[in-house]
Amino acid sequence: MTAPSAREEVLARIRTALGTAPGSVAEPATVPRGYVRGSVHAPGSAALLDLLAERLLDYRAEVVRCTPADLAGTVAGALALRRAACLARHPEHPVGFAVPAGLDPGWLARTAPPLLVDSPDRPLPVAALDEAAGVVTGCAVAVAETGTLVLDGTAPCGRRVLTLVPDHHLVVVHAGQVVGTVPEAVARLDPRRPLTWISGPSATSDIELDRVEGVHGPRALVVVLVEPGPVEPGA
Amino acid sequence: MSTFLGMPGLPGLPGPSGPVGTAGPRATERGTLRGGRTFPAAARTALADGQLRRNLGHATATIRAKRAAVVAELPDWEALRDAGSAVKADVLARLPELLEQLEANVTARGGVVHWARDADEANRIVVDLVRAVGTRTGSPVDRVVKVKSMATQEIGLNEALADAGIAAVETDLAELIVQLGHDTPSHILVPAIHRNRAEIREIFLREMPGVDPGLTDDPRVLAMAARTHLRRTFLAARVAVSGANFGIAETGTLAVVESEGNGRMCLTLPETLITVMGIEKLLPTWRDLEVFLQLLPRSSTGERMNPYTSMWTGVTPGDGPQDVHLVLLDNGRTAALADPAGRQALHCIRCSACLNVCPVYERAGGHAYGSVYPGPIGAVLTPQLAGMHGHGDPVDSLPYASSLCGACFDACPVKIDIPSMLVHLRSVHVEGERARRRLPTPEAAAMRAAATVLSSERLWTASGRALGAGRLLARGGRIAAPLPFPLSRWTSSRDLPEPPAETFRQWWARTRGDRRPGGAGSAR
Repeated sequence: MTAPSAREEVLARIRTALGTAPGSVAEPATVPRGYVRGSVHAPGSAALLDLLAERLLDYRAEVVRCTPADLAGTVAGALALRRAACLARHPEHPVGFAVPAGLDPGWLARTAPPLLVDSPDRPLPVAALDEAAGVVTGCAVAVAETGTLVLDGTAPCGRRVLTLVPDHHLVVVHAGQVVGTVPEAVARLDPRRPLTWISGPSATSDIELDRVEGVHGPRALVVVLVEPGPVEPGA
Repeated sequence: MSTFLGMPGLPGLPGPSGPVGTAGPRATERGTLRGGRTFPAAARTALADGQLRRNLGHATATIRAKRAAVVAELPDWEALRDAGSAVKADVLARLPELLEQLEANVTARGGVVHWARDADEANRIVVDLVRAVGTRTGSPVDRVVKVKSMATQEIGLNEALADAGIAAVETDLAELIVQLGHDTPSHILVPAIHRNRAEIREIFLREMPGVDPGLTDDPRVLAMAARTHLRRTFLAARVAVSGANFGIAETGTLAVVESEGNGRMCLTLPETLITVMGIEKLLPTWRDLEVFLQLLPRSSTGERMNPYTSMWTGVTPGDGPQDVHLVLLDNGRTAALADPAGRQALHCIRCSACLNVCPVYERAGGHAYGSVYPGPIGAVLTPQLAGMHGHGDPVDSLPYASSLCGACFDACPVKIDIPSMLVHLRSVHVEGERARRRLPTPEAAAMRAAATVLSSERLWTASGRALGAGRLLARGGRIAAPLPFPLSRWTSSRDLPEPPAETFRQWWARTRGDRRPGGAGSAR
């Protein structure tokens, strides 16, 4: 007889501790879910967009609001500021922005090149991301109550490393993606995808419990919040 | 349960329900759960350190205020706590099938699941996995990056890796401060809570190669120094080791909640990711996260949401680590599970809210507990994981490291009734001592004497008269002079009030003559 594997032994210990027979399956308990599931405000409503903006500002993210018509111009403007700041610090460095291949090209229609395109078959090396001026992505869902943006690895979000190594992250959030509560966001997400929940720029509270922004993740988070409005002509 | 307040030897006391730990052995002893000194001895040293008390007082006051503010924002906080508590109870009741479900889902998505009975086995698994990467790639791995994790601290993984010639680089800022300072953690969430900015600056100047000598003690500047120090290490890392805040049985998803982005670095950049998770960290369904992602950040850092939460399910081709492992750890957890009155400690989500509100923790600090799990939750979790061995075992002193004020229970996001469990563990300890010793403990002897006195009217009246003699020692309403041994064991840390001028019975006799007090007597 061979000795029981760790798996067998741990499972047997649990059954002994619980006093249940091997192979028995307990009924799931009924969990009281009297907490708030949905927001009183509809997804994408003006009240939620205001709340999301307020929460993000509280985390010291930057929030720029625009209509679909001026999205490309707004993105270009925010990136130009970043580019200028990078050039001022390191005039010799080329300043390109990383983008996932699946990003809506319309968002970047007015942004000056170079763009570093990351695709599954041609992934950008980490060193290139480390030198990029920033990264531009979309998101899957945003939670107004907590000021959270969730990226899920779909085309507009890209690989996880893309939004991690560059020091400046610009996220485009469309009104329809903004929900009120955490339960609403969880219900919208697919757990089989790699998910990154982002609430403000990288921060730490490890020194005297004071929150300080900017450690290993992007030190700047710029959120372009696209409100319902006129669409860009010709788009 | 009946309330047992640490007075041993009373008849009718509920003893422990069978020997605790029949289901599984205790944690392997690696010194991470058992300190060298008892809590009172270690606390005495800590209390004498004025700097430590200032640092702790400042930090815990800050975090308490933040937590209170964000908890007050949610009108449904109590409903969330109820749901969290019910989910965790359900997890324990269905642990075998949920673990098997998690294993099946992680495996189906390309992950590899390992099981570890104890710390030694878990360490061996991790060391072997790291070595295997070296063998497979033809280039040995001499360092791994680590995300802050209580489970890996509990098993002493860094030391085990070091023994195998592998450096473990802690990447969480507070863990880095502890590691560079050759120190030990003193808080579940903020392991360097006992250090202030000036001390951290000194540690960085002394231990961080190539650090700017003009470093100031501005937290922002210190955080930047850590970023620079770790950047190259992250970008070159081949193997990462993490813990997990949650493992979702239904989907096989693992989640790590963090702030700095060091977690994301470890979970995303290396080719190999090894996660060590206690078997109790499960959640049954994906939907359950909607409860815990609200409870945890608000309880731990006092934020509406922590900056970063990463979730991964096995391997995602082309995105993140392609060699993904999960080590499921028992290490004394099944022993805790075997005690119905103690298993609630396994509901803990390691938020540390109980530490921050505890008047004992705030003054004594985390090191006094001698365990990687300090504070109120540590005082109930450590004895159950490591066992109380008697004969002056430091772990035995932990259930007494509390005034039973109940602040921890109120703060706990999953409603762990820590005070009742402390009382229960005190009773387990007292019963254990009674079984171990041939001679009665001093408490037992005192209680037996009290029982004799209390059951005899003659002795009771005499003792009342004798008490009056104590007034001779009193100054300003209390006994000023220390009493002789063994009574000094009591008076060394407690005030003894001045005995009253007369006892109730003396007062009764004086004002009502010789009519006897009490129901039947006064009716006559």
